[in-house]
Amino acid sequence: MNQSLIGLDRVDMTYATASGPVEALAGISLSVGGGEFVSLVGPSGCGKSTLLRIVAGLRPATLGTVMVAGRAVRDPIPDVGMVFQAPNLLRWRTILQNVLLPAELAGKEVGNLRLRAHELLDMAGLHGFADKLPRELSGGMQQRAALCRALLLDPPLLLMDEPFGALDAMTRDDMGLELLRIWGERDLAREARKTVLFVTHSIAEAVFLSDRVVVMTARPGRIAADVTVDLPRPRTVELRASEAFGRLSLLISRTLTGRAHAVL
Amino acid sequence: MTKFTLASRQYWPTIVLFAILLASWQIAVSFGGIREYLLPSPLAVWNALWFGDTNWAQHVWITTLEIIGAFVLAAVAGIALGVAIAWSPLMANALVPFLVFVNTLPKVAVAPLFLIWMGYGIFPNMLMGALIGFFPVVINTAVGLTQIEPDMLDLGRVFNAPKWKIFVKIRLPNALPYILSALKITATAAVVGAIVGEFVASQRGLGYVIVTTQSSMNTSVAFAALIWISVVGLLLYGAVVLAARLWAPWAEGAE
Repeated sequence: MNQSLIGLDRVDMTYATASGPVEALAGISLSVGGGEFVSLVGPSGCGKSTLLRIVAGLRPATLGTVMVAGRAVRDPIPDVGMVFQAPNLLRWRTILQNVLLPAELAGKEVGNLRLRAHELLDMAGLHGFADKLPRELSGGMQQRAALCRALLLDPPLLLMDEPFGALDAMTRDDMGLELLRIWGERDLAREARKTVLFVTHSIAEAVFLSDRVVVMTARPGRIAADVTVDLPRPRTVELRASEAFGRLSLLISRTLTGRAHAVL
Repeated sequence: MTKFTLASRQYWPTIVLFAILLASWQIAVSFGGIREYLLPSPLAVWNALWFGDTNWAQHVWITTLEIIGAFVLAAVAGIALGVAIAWSPLMANALVPFLVFVNTLPKVAVAPLFLIWMGYGIFPNMLMGALIGFFPVVINTAVGLTQIEPDMLDLGRVFNAPKWKIFVKIRLPNALPYILSALKITATAAVVGAIVGEFVASQRGLGYVIVTTQSSMNTSVAFAALIWISVVGLLLYGAVVLAARLWAPWAEGAE
């Protein structure tokens, strides 16, 4: 846990737009340890998705340093899995071919990963859907396939950008539990788990899933609070009704609405 | 229910209407005193098709060659230009205004120039068809290659895929339905181009046959030539539709 996998130091991000520069992120310093599940919550436009892309090396930060696994990030980093709000499956490929896409893009031998792809699909409850086209699956199932795709090359770091944001509330809760199961909440030691950076605008989802919830403010995005979620794992549905869960949710909610001082 | 009975249920009104039209046409010419050189009866057209002294096989073959040549030229040039435009902004800036200019020209007006430059033959007629039909392919190829979720392209970058690989695995299949949709327009345009080319300069082909009937007033032959043109045009169009179903079945109804 002392070993930090992601280290952001005073990161600024400024966009050039037609109406002048827009400051999206200001002075973001954040450290995420290996095997940690950290959520970023904040209002729309607080730059949380941008932050995720900066960590992935897809966008360069305007100022500050970004380190992942001990290396400064300038270009897209290797060994990372990404899940977006939309499943973004290629509609002309079967589910299996979609899950195998990272291997093809990264120039890896596809044949060896076929078995792993099938294992992942089984684990995600998509057994028997390998040869279907994406349009034949529901939104939730497509998103599970997207998760399988992100996990194919077994990356130590998983970046998730509102992955369940487009799903209905019930499917969303199910997917959360499923994600924790696949993450290895029950059967993996903390050090063996993947590090997850999870962007959401749902406070309940963030508290339920995470070890830490980083609360951001809007325009420019700053870190308003870094809340440790000391709820026991494995997380259960009953936990949502507990007093501790409610207290944490309220704390985050108040931070977001700018009345944090009352409880902090 | 079989496909055939389904189709016959859907199309019987068309068939009945067609039969009524043919019958009233025949009656109008036979008993209505319309002169044959103005409007030939369906029977006269039938006779011209099968028993006249026009060498249909030769003319149909020439025109079909021109149409297919025009279609292939338009497809290859259109896709190549579309790829160039989508590949680099420099290419796009250089090519697009020029292509728009070419597209606004009435292509038919260029046909006499083709005659001066290339003389008689099937190639200038192919070129005319290609000139009329290539533009939609350029536009749709470029649009299909660029209209793509930015997240999809990020996905390619996350895995450090080279630009050509993202192009081949993500952009190009994404553009396929757009391209196939443009090729349907090109199939029709190729027919127009080939016939226009033959009107201006040719010694063989269905367009040539129609032009010769002008002086002989042999309108039944002109009608027969029209039927052949529509048969060739429909077959090409059908082939493109079939190809779209085979190669891009995921895009059904997405046009």
